[in-house]
Amino acid sequence: MREGPVVGAEEGPGDRSSDATPGAGAARPKEPRQRRGTLAQQEARAGLALLSPTLVVVLVMVVLPILWTIVIAFQELRLRNLRTRLFDFEFTIKNFDNVLTSPGFLDALKVTLIYSIVGTVLSIGLGLIAALVVRKPFRGRTLVRASMLLPYVAPVVAVTFVWQIMLNPQLGIVNAIGTDLLGWQDPIPFLEQRTGTLSIFGLDLGVPMALIVVILYQAWRYFPFSFLFILARLQALPGELDEAARVDGATPLQRFWRITLPQLKGVIALLTVLRFIWTFNEFDDIYLLTQGGAGTEVVSVRVFHYLTGRGDIGAAAALSLVLALLLVVLLFLYFRFFVGRVEEADAI
Amino acid sequence: MSRTDVDTGVADRPKTPKATAGRPARPKPPLSREVVETRILGVLKWITIAFFVAATVFPFYYMVELSIRSIEDVALDPGALWPPRGASLAAFGEVLRSVDDGGQGFLVFLKNSGLIAVTSVIVTLVVSILGAYAISRLQFFGRRQVHFLFLAVYLFPAILLAIPLFVFFTRIGLRGSLFGLILVYTSQIVPVTIHMLRNYFDTVPESLEEAAALDGAGRLTIIRRVALPLAMPAIMATSLFVFMIAWNEFLFALLFLVENRENWTVSLGLSQLAGSVEVAKTTLMAGSVILTLPIIVLFFATERLLVEGLTSGAEKG
Repeated sequence: MREGPVVGAEEGPGDRSSDATPGAGAARPKEPRQRRGTLAQQEARAGLALLSPTLVVVLVMVVLPILWTIVIAFQELRLRNLRTRLFDFEFTIKNFDNVLTSPGFLDALKVTLIYSIVGTVLSIGLGLIAALVVRKPFRGRTLVRASMLLPYVAPVVAVTFVWQIMLNPQLGIVNAIGTDLLGWQDPIPFLEQRTGTLSIFGLDLGVPMALIVVILYQAWRYFPFSFLFILARLQALPGELDEAARVDGATPLQRFWRITLPQLKGVIALLTVLRFIWTFNEFDDIYLLTQGGAGTEVVSVRVFHYLTGRGDIGAAAALSLVLALLLVVLLFLYFRFFVGRVEEADAI
Repeated sequence: MSRTDVDTGVADRPKTPKATAGRPARPKPPLSREVVETRILGVLKWITIAFFVAATVFPFYYMVELSIRSIEDVALDPGALWPPRGASLAAFGEVLRSVDDGGQGFLVFLKNSGLIAVTSVIVTLVVSILGAYAISRLQFFGRRQVHFLFLAVYLFPAILLAIPLFVFFTRIGLRGSLFGLILVYTSQIVPVTIHMLRNYFDTVPESLEEAAALDGAGRLTIIRRVALPLAMPAIMATSLFVFMIAWNEFLFALLFLVENRENWTVSLGLSQLAGSVEVAKTTLMAGSVILTLPIIVLFFATERLLVEGLTSGAEKG
């Protein structure tokens, strides 16, 4: 994916200079003296001019705020002393100390990691399966594909509320089916229960119920994204390899493992990175489902609680920086140890 | 699940031999691995499709179903999947009516959400068309770095950005205004839309623009008269994408607007509604339908365009 645009950028200038030369020649007689510099300089100026609104917006609303967060993280800034202390540049590392040693921080870290890793794997796995089953055309495929995208395009507030009500112990359909048809003794408060018991063969296992539900929800809501990209890639695959393998007597499963899956490696690697980043930083879904209760408090929800609950802006900034740094470290490890190998394998 | 598996398997089996028997080249193959796998996968495929469609569509069906039932009815029979009697649109009336009339005032929220989404689309488009055109067509210093910077922005969690923006807008007194929120949305979405539009501009041949340049057209005229019409499909897809993001957004709306009820968006209004005890869950579902419906209609009307716009370039892998 990233290779594509870069290659294009290398080829661009060559094309352009050869094409642009006659244009420049034709334009020359019109302009008596070249006050405005060469064509290349003009182009550079025009490029920056056209890009300037974007640059201003992104610099002012994204880059500066990120830098400012770093400053705030070292200030003792609270909501109530915002007016007086904002430009009071006494720096301290107290925020980091507070945030990192506070009870619950390590739990939040653990929950964030479990949530992002399992959520990423599940959403990509489901996306892959969904893409494989609708790969070949059939009647009504467009409708099936569109309906599979619904969870992803629908507003987060609406879908979290539907899930809440579906799982509600008194009113929800899941518990109604569970108690009426499946013989559950009591309704299960899926989103309020930190530890649920799962009976398998007479064994009662304690499972982190709310966390599991939140992860399943996230797989449900975000598999369409993987589905979309894997399907696009699947449909662009050349058919010859698959056909050749079929002629050679490879069974459908063999063809999937040996022919199709290796060709999807690139898009899956890309999706892994994107989904991991987004799941790791996820806030809306968990906040709306559980408010971070019942053992589902991920770091970003914790940041929000520092910000609005306690009004401790400094601590919120410090914790959000910790979150961002951690992500950078994890991504670095991923690229260092996994992607290198994938690319080597692709080269062969 | 396993039960349906067996049933469908049995039901489908009689068909398969007929199909294979029709082919002359393979006279009744023994149950080779190929045949077994093809049959099992053929059945599994339809079960999987049915499972996915049910899992994705059911919650939305359930949302609509609850919104037209009364809360007493739901409490009596939570498992009912078909509104038997007394189905009514009363909940919608309650949600949409203004607060003075004893409703929840969602009509105003709809207006706010629409205003925010449409303005975000316009501002984002203007900014990102210019930017994407520059990155795609023009040579200038820092072109590639800019692109990388935009993508790097996405590493940072929204909640990290929310903190300084919250402080900043509180301090300058713009928190609670729709204007501030639109600015935030634009800045958050522009990096993606630039990427989408740039991919498209890259596929449009430059020769037409060069012809226009030879005829004496200036840079902005070329963009407006030549590049824009050619890029219309991508621009439509991008607009829809921006509209959906702005319409659905929750975190910044919550942080910026929560104290200012007349400026609430539908998402925010609905989430605040959920907090109060006296609001029935069926009313909540009516609100959810109102929030979801515009997006679903828009999505089904433009599905192909949107999907192609989102995944353009993904085929390259």
